[in-house]
Amino acid sequence: MKLLTANRLIDGEVVWLAADGRWAEDITEAEIARDEEAIERLEKTGREAAARNEVVDVNLIDVEFVDGAIHPIRLRERIRAAGPSIHPDLGKQARRRVLAPV
Amino acid sequence: MYRYDEFDHAFVKARVAEFRDQVERRLSGELTEDQFKPLRLMNGVYLQLHAYMLRIAIPYGTLSSRQMRMLGHIARTYDKGYGHFTTRQNLQFHWPALKDIPQILEDLATVEMHAIQTSGNCIRNVTADHFAGAAADEVADPRPYAEILRQWSSLHPEFSYLPRKFKIAVTGAERDRAAVQVHDIGLHLRKDASGRLGFTVYVGGGLGRTPMIGKKIRDFLPEEDLLSYTTAILRVYNLHGRRDNKYKARIKILVHETGTEELAAQVEKEFEALKESELKLPEADIQAIDAYFAPPALPARPEGDAALKAATATDSGFADWLRRNLNTHKNPDYASVTISLKGIGEVPGDASADQMDAVADLAERYGFDEIRVSHEQNLILPHVARADLKAVFDRLVEIGLATSNAGLVTDIIACPGLDYCALANARSIPVAQQISTRFASQARQEEIGDLKIKISGCINACGHHHVGHIGILGVEKKGAELYQVTLGGSGDENTSIGEIVGRGFGPDEIVDAVDTIVETYLAHRQDKNEPFLAAYRRLGSAPFKEALYGREAKAA
Repeated sequence: MKLLTANRLIDGEVVWLAADGRWAEDITEAEIARDEEAIERLEKTGREAAARNEVVDVNLIDVEFVDGAIHPIRLRERIRAAGPSIHPDLGKQARRRVLAPV
Repeated sequence: MYRYDEFDHAFVKARVAEFRDQVERRLSGELTEDQFKPLRLMNGVYLQLHAYMLRIAIPYGTLSSRQMRMLGHIARTYDKGYGHFTTRQNLQFHWPALKDIPQILEDLATVEMHAIQTSGNCIRNVTADHFAGAAADEVADPRPYAEILRQWSSLHPEFSYLPRKFKIAVTGAERDRAAVQVHDIGLHLRKDASGRLGFTVYVGGGLGRTPMIGKKIRDFLPEEDLLSYTTAILRVYNLHGRRDNKYKARIKILVHETGTEELAAQVEKEFEALKESELKLPEADIQAIDAYFAPPALPARPEGDAALKAATATDSGFADWLRRNLNTHKNPDYASVTISLKGIGEVPGDASADQMDAVADLAERYGFDEIRVSHEQNLILPHVARADLKAVFDRLVEIGLATSNAGLVTDIIACPGLDYCALANARSIPVAQQISTRFASQARQEEIGDLKIKISGCINACGHHHVGHIGILGVEKKGAELYQVTLGGSGDENTSIGEIVGRGFGPDEIVDAVDTIVETYLAHRQDKNEPFLAAYRRLGSAPFKEALYGREAKAA
């Protein structure tokens, strides 16, 4: 299973391509590609978005499901999805806590 | 310190305007990322894991209060309220938005700072001893020479597209506190028999994937020849340095492959042609730059000793701090203070905007407006009257920067690692935090004595692990973090590269491994006066291997 990730050009924010074609700031909104055709579609959309100067550093990443949640296989991508492990008060992890108080 | 003249102001202002235009053209789509990337790198803008990163040059680690306050302002206004002081005596902001960076650079320019040449294959920020101009053991202040090199190398047309980046360090005392032998060029100031100032020149030192100790190619280079000789080295490197392979492109590989003698001969040949050129430094020019670095007028403050005696009698924390965080000043009424950015369990090198402001206030009130950044990721107040040390300490306690651990096991260098860096393979900072917490006890730290731990999260070695007494290198193995340990490295006047002790350790094992190494040292040292490094050099790795790997070591 793969996701398409990038950084937003204007501010560097980590984003993932969502099913509706938006670049989502939260990995849980990412579209999951489960076959070659879907992967190619993600890559094509990524190339076009980079060409439109929306995002930079576009990459496919490997993910799996752990306890029902998307889990990037590489630690690097897990840190990108959450924020610095040393600063739970910074990055997406901090925002998520605010958004989901329950 | 150096003050910009009209030319400098115009130069930096023009550069900011140029980059503002480049950013606008990038955001409008007029420039592609491929076109823009080299331009942003030339202005210190990287793309890291979570955001852009802006690396700001702090020439030879010297800052005024005004400049420090501006860094605090930028942290507060455009970033997340903190900054990270680096092993290159620079400062990095980890969260700026690209759209804001031109304004940040404009703000920086108002205090005579910029981010030029903090990236790219050019001559980078020239680093120097952080006690420069203050240390009792100094032959001469290295900063005027670092400043001359900075001016000469800024946008140098011949040396803006070198095979790879190029780092120069200058130190001015017998003890090398600038790690000059692990730089592309290391300059060690000294006087010859007739009292003339000059440099011992090392070339081809470096860390990274191929660590090398610099080779001495000149025992004594007169100061007037600084630029002509440096130019000669750079010319040889620019011509013959390998451009075919990024990993073999640093000058250390050229020196290694060419041979020191042959390379020195090539440099001398170039130097002969340049020696009497316009690069020869006129005495008047050296003096003009020297004048900017004239030490502040230090009034006599003989009451210091009595004040310290009284204060230490009632405050043992203050006594600890005096024991560890002072460096002997030329003037016996004064001391250089190390402000540790290594609070127990904290992130090495990080300072909040409020802490930056408070340090700026302290420097202004007690430190003749001078602050230094050390390559060991601490801050220094180079000139503080001993009579004022208690007041400085009390304020540092209030702002959480009074940790008494300079040079001790918790004074750890760590690169940003995988928590921030796009190149990293493993995290560095959490390892540093855990080791720091394990060794929190002041008494135990002082019992252990001088011990430098340095941690890098990848082979590029920003955390200088090769020259750590204990070096830790994070790698990725089968998708997990693994930490390799080296022992016996040192980045001083007796530089050595650490030796790998054995198989690596997982994140849950590495702190115990360091603890085992420290306990082995304590058990084997001759006495308390034999520091870790000396004990390792006497003992070799065998007792450490035995302690770490026991049965495995015997089986092998």
